[in-house]
Amino acid sequence: MQHTARPGSFRRFAPTLVLCLVVAALTAAGCGGGGHSGDGAGTKATKQVDMAAALDRPATITVWAWTPGTAEAAKMFEKAHPNIKVNVHNVGQGPPHYQKLRTALRSGRGLPDVVHMELQYIPSFTLTDSLLDLTPYLPDDFLESYPEWIQKQVNLQGGVYGVPWDTGPLGFIYRRDLLEKAGIEAPIETWDEFADAAIAYHKANPDSYLVNMPGAEAGQWLALFWQAGARPFSGDPRNLKVDLTDPKIKRVTEFWDKLYAAGAISHDADFTDTWFQGFARGRYAGWISAAWGPVLLQDFTRNSKGMWRAQALPQWSRGEHASGNWGGSTLAVLKGSKHPEAATEFARWILTEQEPVEMFAFERFLFPPLTSMLTNRRWLDRRYAFYGSQPVNRVYADMAAAVDTTWEWSPIHEYVATEGDAIRGKSVERGDGVTPTLQPWQDAVVEYAEQQGLTVAGR
Amino acid sequence: MPGGRGRKSLERHELAGAAFTLPFVGLFLAVFVAPLLYALYLSLFREQLLGGSTFVGLDNFAEGLKDEAFLSGIGRVGLFMLVQVPVMLVLALVFALIIDSDRVRFAGFFRLAIFVPYAVPTVIAALMWGFLYGRDFGPLTDVAGTLGIGTPNFLGEGTILWSIANVSTWTFTGLNMIVFLTALRAVPEELYEAAAVDGAGALRTALYVKLPLLRPAALVCTIFSVIGALQLFGEPQIFAAIAPQVIGKSYTPNLYVYNLAFADQRLNYAAALSFLLGAVVFVASFLVVSVFRRHGAPR
Repeated sequence: MQHTARPGSFRRFAPTLVLCLVVAALTAAGCGGGGHSGDGAGTKATKQVDMAAALDRPATITVWAWTPGTAEAAKMFEKAHPNIKVNVHNVGQGPPHYQKLRTALRSGRGLPDVVHMELQYIPSFTLTDSLLDLTPYLPDDFLESYPEWIQKQVNLQGGVYGVPWDTGPLGFIYRRDLLEKAGIEAPIETWDEFADAAIAYHKANPDSYLVNMPGAEAGQWLALFWQAGARPFSGDPRNLKVDLTDPKIKRVTEFWDKLYAAGAISHDADFTDTWFQGFARGRYAGWISAAWGPVLLQDFTRNSKGMWRAQALPQWSRGEHASGNWGGSTLAVLKGSKHPEAATEFARWILTEQEPVEMFAFERFLFPPLTSMLTNRRWLDRRYAFYGSQPVNRVYADMAAAVDTTWEWSPIHEYVATEGDAIRGKSVERGDGVTPTLQPWQDAVVEYAEQQGLTVAGR
Repeated sequence: MPGGRGRKSLERHELAGAAFTLPFVGLFLAVFVAPLLYALYLSLFREQLLGGSTFVGLDNFAEGLKDEAFLSGIGRVGLFMLVQVPVMLVLALVFALIIDSDRVRFAGFFRLAIFVPYAVPTVIAALMWGFLYGRDFGPLTDVAGTLGIGTPNFLGEGTILWSIANVSTWTFTGLNMIVFLTALRAVPEELYEAAAVDGAGALRTALYVKLPLLRPAALVCTIFSVIGALQLFGEPQIFAAIAPQVIGKSYTPNLYVYNLAFADQRLNYAAALSFLLGAVVFVASFLVVSVFRRHGAPR
């Protein structure tokens, strides 16, 4: 599920955090032992893998994932595959998960078979040759079940490196009541209208902002660059493109810098207690949100339940129809897995078979990547009380169809994201805006890439 | 002359003694010296994501000495140390003297109450204070708003270091107070009697009898606090989640080392910086000891 996860609201997540720490401590010892049994069937990546025969053999696989409902899906899988046992561990959400994974990869011990892998991290882990090409273990027409832009996210260098789990096409959600009171008409079609609306809204309602845009949220910024048509990276480590000062990116940052300078929007850090409370108390009237976003807000917006509406992301020119993607994830299989067949089958089964897919979409509110779900009438027509019975899945499914296919992630995403957040966050906090941070960010990324032995294009 | 027999039994004693220290020496080597040596070994290489590992000698150390992010982090924790450590130790000392004076009721309760924050794990403490500091809706801000003194931003660029200092002080004052109290309990009763005979009141007893006797305890507390301050990590790491725009990646040297190792995959450089930070800690501890020696009361 979500994205750039952080220890969100402290009041809400503190107990969970403590629990996780305890569980992590308890399981750490167990992980080292490695639960692998069996004969270590051949892992040759030939196209002809006899999956049926391989899946007949007993196997135990370990899964590291944080999406709620994973354990439930694993039970369904075990029922359908009685000789495969699945251990699901949640070792952390977002960065802590990858840190533990890196550490395990480095030591070569206690590695899981299947790992949660967000779209933006796939090239960073294929760079270190850690992920298994799933092609030989998947049906030939596997990729065709997904929209083209999602295919491109997992189909890299001729291989398939993850089974899509959920995605986060960008849209805009807002409080209809607050906008109406301030005399703002919605839906807001273009970014120009959005800027006017933000200024007018704050004037009418000085304690509140149309949106909050934190400086330190790489995922959201990159999705906005994506929508604007910028392509700052290529995934090729031997000819890496880094172009963070592209005019198309500047167009986005200058747009937001004007709103920062006018004081028309706030820039509080997101997924913090202050931020959640900001929604609860009407400090923010809207959010440039990914498809997975609204679910996060439900607990904090009980008093405004039914007042929310979702609309398409505002466009740079009237009549355009473009979006970007923020977050979204896959299940990947590690190269070191002793049971690549069972591991791949697990990922494929829980993310493409009807029973678990509907469980994730209907009960856990994950935004589905499968075309069959994106066009599923029951799912599309579903009405949500939070949105005053608006069928919001239609809005986001429409946005998912508008995501451009040519975006690539850099193979050093951890650095790109954390360094960008550090520079951008400080600059916005100081009132200097985002545009001045593009060059330092570009320089830092290029320097890091070269330091790590990558070849940067044009250098 | 007690010939060879004595020597032999002495040798046997030495052997037995050595054998008794073996468990300690073994653990010391395995969990302290070995990791240190391994880190030192790591710090001499540079491993790339592409291209493997190469020996680079002291390059990582040279880079560290020029690294602005690292140096400004050292400056920051240095400033933190100069302010937070004295404030905390004076508070601990005052609490200890008051509780030891036998003039307060419920001394046991206060001793426990002041000590309890130390039992709260750093992570929980930082989470709790992070909530209390909340800019818009935190309870502290609410109180300030009710009193009409504006809304202070505890997590701003100029204030967050002192907000962190407040958390550290809240956490560790109790521990230091207990150390001081224990030292006070060890003062022989006759000294107090002598002071009383000489006509010293409670205040004079505290200033001229108790304080000088607390010097060894104060030295220990100061060294531990200085080391703790320079190695500041837990609080800024938690606060990075609620105020990423202020904390960033290199707010304190330890946080920087952590991010270099685990976000940037630069283990070698992180190892080198750890040694440089170790050197700073060593020098600071040495300075503390020499200051205590120089100003030592001749006894």
